[in-house]
Amino acid sequence: MATEHVQPAETWNWLTGRFTLDWIPYQEPILIGTFLGIALGGLIFLALMTKFRLWVPFWKNWAISIDHKKIGIMYMVLGFIMMIRGFADAIMMRAQQAMAAGGAEGYLPPHHYDQVFTAHGVIMIFFVAMPFVTGIMNYVMPTQIGARDVAFPFLNNFSFWMTVAGALLVNISLFIGEFARVGWLAFPPLSGANYSTGPGMDYYLWSLQIAGVGTTLSGINLIATILKMRAPGMKLFDMPVFTWTALCTNVLIVAAFPVLTATLALLTLDRYMDFRFFTNDFGGNAMMYINLIWIWGHPEVYILIIPIFGVFSEIVATFSGKPLFGYKTMVWATSCIMVLSFVVWLHHFFTMGSGADVNTFFGITTMIIAVPTGVKIFNWLFTMYRGSVRLELPMYWTIGFLVTFTIGGMSGVMLAIPPVDFQLHNTLFLIAHFHNVIIGGVVFGVYAAVTYWWPKAFGFKLDDRWGKRAFWGWFVGFYVAFMPLYALGLMGVTRRMNSYADTGWQPYFIVAAIGAVIILFGILSTFMCFYVSIKNRKALACGGDPWNARTLEWANQSPPQKYNFPQEIQVTGRDMFWKMKQEGFKWSTDYAPIHMPKDTATGVLISAFAFVFGFAMVWYIWWLAIVSFLAMLAIGIGHTFNYNRDYYIQPDEIAATESKGAAA
Amino acid sequence: MSNDHGTHHAEGHGGHGTFGSLMTGFAMAVILTVLPFGLVMGDTGLSREVLIGLIMGMGGLQIIVHLVYFLHVNKNVEQGWTLVATIFSVIILVIVLIGSLWVMHNMNQNMMPMPDMDEMMSLQSQQG
Repeated sequence: MATEHVQPAETWNWLTGRFTLDWIPYQEPILIGTFLGIALGGLIFLALMTKFRLWVPFWKNWAISIDHKKIGIMYMVLGFIMMIRGFADAIMMRAQQAMAAGGAEGYLPPHHYDQVFTAHGVIMIFFVAMPFVTGIMNYVMPTQIGARDVAFPFLNNFSFWMTVAGALLVNISLFIGEFARVGWLAFPPLSGANYSTGPGMDYYLWSLQIAGVGTTLSGINLIATILKMRAPGMKLFDMPVFTWTALCTNVLIVAAFPVLTATLALLTLDRYMDFRFFTNDFGGNAMMYINLIWIWGHPEVYILIIPIFGVFSEIVATFSGKPLFGYKTMVWATSCIMVLSFVVWLHHFFTMGSGADVNTFFGITTMIIAVPTGVKIFNWLFTMYRGSVRLELPMYWTIGFLVTFTIGGMSGVMLAIPPVDFQLHNTLFLIAHFHNVIIGGVVFGVYAAVTYWWPKAFGFKLDDRWGKRAFWGWFVGFYVAFMPLYALGLMGVTRRMNSYADTGWQPYFIVAAIGAVIILFGILSTFMCFYVSIKNRKALACGGDPWNARTLEWANQSPPQKYNFPQEIQVTGRDMFWKMKQEGFKWSTDYAPIHMPKDTATGVLISAFAFVFGFAMVWYIWWLAIVSFLAMLAIGIGHTFNYNRDYYIQPDEIAATESKGAAA
Repeated sequence: MSNDHGTHHAEGHGGHGTFGSLMTGFAMAVILTVLPFGLVMGDTGLSREVLIGLIMGMGGLQIIVHLVYFLHVNKNVEQGWTLVATIFSVIILVIVLIGSLWVMHNMNQNMMPMPDMDEMMSLQSQQG
């Protein structure tokens, strides 16, 4: 069934670069089916948008909005959409491996299968997990510190659209050309010019570079916000733990992402300009790439999980009805993790030739980093201990997380022992380990955050029944899908296999595939939950503070007005909103004008040209690359001459929106 | 501008240094530049290793002088955040640089020796 893949011939003309019609994969039925599905869905979507005249509202209220709350929600939407794509890749792999045993080839030829596992990894990390955590930080953090917006609202909008441009570039590679076939971190020499000739690897490079601009800028933006925009009186140790974790995460982003950018830039030079940084010959050193990419890569996994630790801290304190146990140890544990995450990177390549001294050092640092994480687990448990715990939806996810993440952490400490790692390196045990911490940690955390802050964002709670179905789907599905992989890994089964000879492994793979189907049920329940809740929003409506929460983001209306708070809040301590409720706080009706930033289309426009630029670079369409790059520069410079950037909301308007919001 | 709304407690501005502090910095920068040049150009009789060490050391001092006198990094500016950020960046840089050197050196020692570069180049040119 699987035929030998023939790469289209390398040609180049000035107008379309190296793109020819041979690069449209019309001979692959799976891709054509997907394309027809997406095209049909897209056309229906466009038609509905036009029919209900939603284009102008979308553009005016969302696309060009520099309101941190709307940008946060858009990040979450991007994350969920890309999760569908990433999960489709996942279930394709599970189906392939459940079939392709003992000489059977399955339904995915190697050429396609390799693209699928690369796309799955890239999409899930860069375009699902990253938008999710950035979105949560964007939405929640400014209101937690009593600010009206982030420090640089326009930059925030620009960062978001750059991430979208990167995501679009990855997706367009499905139908125009191909995607990389190199694994999610694209190690050379396989990813170098000699062994990855097509445009797939270049799609990888440019989409990550464009999205990376957005990530780095948003990191700078959120650090500045936390340091400069806190409500008067809020000292650092008055900040909610989620804000602390957001601070540490963004420091990590700013410190680590430039390493990724530089490393990918060097690989780009290798591929485009015939440089020799990472080649086998002429003094290149591929190990240097692996060293550098993991110097970014290890902090990256903490960038994903640290804000999630913050989410759980807020949820546990709220639903236990008492202050977080060990606030200061939580802050110090987070800071320790932040620094330690930079001294463990070699544990990703214990087997690649380092001596015993180096391996021992990085093995021990890796075991040490588990200590502050363990501290946190106990802090959450002690917060619940003798609290009046309410088992609402967010608590389901939290308890699921505590159990699952602890198991994942323990298998991580096992892998930290170099001799053990020599047995398990690149096996499915590793795959099971990091899905155990990423699904059990990041995904459960994102779901916890969505269920917790949804009422804040939209003014109504999520449907309980479908929410619990989503939880059980994910929770049970995770164990069924990944526990067999632990077992297979111990049997020595390596990752990324297109087919295998030993039919004894097949039952495990079939169970894992069933697990993926159970997770699918969880994902479908999620969307069902959103749909049912939106439909019943009148019945599910709740006030500003549905959970009896402790921190400032619950002090205003749900959904908050665009200026967040009608007056400034004078902060006098930790858990400020709890304190305010004890003191019987009421908003005054004496309003002062509020200074607000104006929306701008600049971010959307620059990002649109960044997308065109990336596409042109992938296909060597030099004229288009130059034109789009100049357009980006021109729009950026033009924006600096825009002095019409701010306005004031007058007291009578504030009074009107406040009373309207209170009535709703 | 949009970024000044809601900046509730504006700290004292970074300051641009006094004439005196700028001149002190300038003098120190000049000394730290002239000295290594002198060491190399003059006949000091020091060994190559000591010389390299001295030059690197003075280069490091030079960086600190620039940070303190020209970029005004001290514990008063921005409530000390500039200083904290600088220290953090230096720690990360040191970890990344020293760590990479150590890791790569160790790996090169443990891996199979590569054929000499010149040999490879001549092989390539013969084939090509």
